[in-house]
Amino acid sequence: MNAVLSFVSQVGQRSLQVVREVGYHAALMVEAFYWLLLGHWRRQPVRLGAVFKEAIGVGVNAIPIVALASFATGMMLAIQGIYTLRTFGAEGQVVLGISLSVTREFAPLITGIFVAGRSGSAIAARIGTMQISQEIDALRVIGINPVRYLVAPLLAAMLLTLPALTILSDLVALFGGALYCAGELSLPIGIFFDRVFEVLVVDDVIHGVLKSFIFAVIIVLIGAANGFNVNAGAEGVGGRQRARWCLGASASSSRIWYLHSLPAAKRLQH
Amino acid sequence: MPTTDLAIDVDHLVTHYGPRKILDDISFQARQGEIMVIMGGSGSGKSTLLRHLLGLHQPTSGSIKLLGKDITRLSADEMYDLRKNMGVAFQGGALFNSMTVGENVELPLREHTKLDENTMRIMSRMKLEVVNLAGFESLMPSELSGGMIKRAALARAIVMDPRLLFFDEPSAGLDPVVSAELDDLILILRDAMNMTIVVVTHELESAFKIADRITVLDQGRILMSDTVAAVRASDNPRIQSLLNRTPRNEAINPEEYMERLTREIS
Amino acid sequence: MRGKQVDIQIEFRTPYMVVRLSGDVDLHSSPSAREVILDCLKKKMPLLIDLSAVSYMDSSGVASLVEGYQAARKQGMDFALVAVAQPAMNVLKLARLDKVFPIHASLDDVV
Repeated sequence: MNAVLSFVSQVGQRSLQVVREVGYHAALMVEAFYWLLLGHWRRQPVRLGAVFKEAIGVGVNAIPIVALASFATGMMLAIQGIYTLRTFGAEGQVVLGISLSVTREFAPLITGIFVAGRSGSAIAARIGTMQISQEIDALRVIGINPVRYLVAPLLAAMLLTLPALTILSDLVALFGGALYCAGELSLPIGIFFDRVFEVLVVDDVIHGVLKSFIFAVIIVLIGAANGFNVNAGAEGVGGRQRARWCLGASASSSRIWYLHSLPAAKRLQH
Repeated sequence: MPTTDLAIDVDHLVTHYGPRKILDDISFQARQGEIMVIMGGSGSGKSTLLRHLLGLHQPTSGSIKLLGKDITRLSADEMYDLRKNMGVAFQGGALFNSMTVGENVELPLREHTKLDENTMRIMSRMKLEVVNLAGFESLMPSELSGGMIKRAALARAIVMDPRLLFFDEPSAGLDPVVSAELDDLILILRDAMNMTIVVVTHELESAFKIADRITVLDQGRILMSDTVAAVRASDNPRIQSLLNRTPRNEAINPEEYMERLTREIS
Repeated sequence: MRGKQVDIQIEFRTPYMVVRLSGDVDLHSSPSAREVILDCLKKKMPLLIDLSAVSYMDSSGVASLVEGYQAARKQGMDFALVAVAQPAMNVLKLARLDKVFPIHASLDDVV
């Protein structure tokens, strides 16, 4: 009896904690957007300089790794696509496959995962150390809202750079695919891109970019929430777990989007 | 005493951390221009009391009036205005590691005022002069020693000329000479600016040197809040043991003790 | 918050220009004091700052005086504080600036 009770109470406590955590993240998001939009009016503007500084940190500096991963992915898509489609003698269709999967799925996902890996835990670590060294308290007693000062610029920077990185990733992955097709199918790169622009509609690219906006919010929120929840003590492990969680969340939210990409899959069949 | 010149008026403050009661029925006052030392051993609740005085936590009940305003009931905007009159030097300094010492000291001015750039720079350098850190403004906090960090934190705390200054453990981790210098600095500041200064410390020597009045905390309660002479003369055994550094030796209640050890075990 | 505004009067006592500050020279009012001082210096006349009626001065006020004094020295002009009231003196002393500024006990001593 006691075992059952303690099990039930454990389940209850876990659920309560999950609800509390979800609520905390939601509140953090609302507050960050609040300061971004209304900070100026409340005499606590989000400074443009801080936004650009963060944009360089989370966005510009992520260009090499995102480009490398995208290039490799584009190439692998081409390799796999040609190999599979050859069975049907339809390797000419590989351009369609690459263009749609890159713009709708792979580019935002790769960008999201790599930026989350680079910046998600870095955000948590930075805010966490500031929490321990009482710098967050110092901000608050000076009258600076820590969310406005630390999270809002990050969020703005992420919302600016992640879509841009996604488009960059689109181009580099397509280029990777084009390069392989040039070798394997003797398809000139110019023709490859001509056909890409034939099959792609604006919607496909927008779809990927929209996804990247959601990733941007998720990465910043989870990183920042982890940081703020550090109490002076041994929570480093939890932080690392949460960072993996962050990747998982990004990936799974992308998986939900697969459902929406069904129309695109249909286009593949024609 | 008349309520108008009370800089700090804490009334029946009760606070909890989770289910645990940390502070129990705390009441004390400090007048403008007074140096109030909050003393107590580790775990006495003095850090918690300080965090409540700074408005970093909401108490369970009771009120905290700073400069006549009850901070437990202020709106965010009113609190923002009040904070211009409060300076805080944290125990570890809490300087922002991504900024130089000068930028750290200037930050409150930048956030709260629209003063000219030159004026802000001169003001921050003046405060660094006051704390004997002249010429260090372009260093990063990581390049400073412990005593210098505390002094830089003090410079940041007083850059707005606050009427209330809070200082957490000024002498912790410092050698006696440096901490004596900090004590002198606290006295000079009070005399020059008529600041009300709250110092949280467990160092007896420094407490007796700078305090006008001392509030002694023990296990979340106030043992006494009185003048230095009265605290010295007190015959309360806990205060005496704090003064004489004797370990506490409490009577054990067997019932409660067993309950604590066997809680949630069937 | 202190509500009283600073009152700034300018008069000529050949060869000096006298700026009399009275009231509270604080974060709100010191920018206007600073502007007046720097403007007067542009007119190339030796400057006296009368602080006898200052009821409160914070370090932004002192910083404005420091900036004025520095500007005057650059142009090789006289700049002095006159009849410094106690509240202002305390702040000057805190930053050891009482040993830096030329300070006269009263206006009659100079003019």
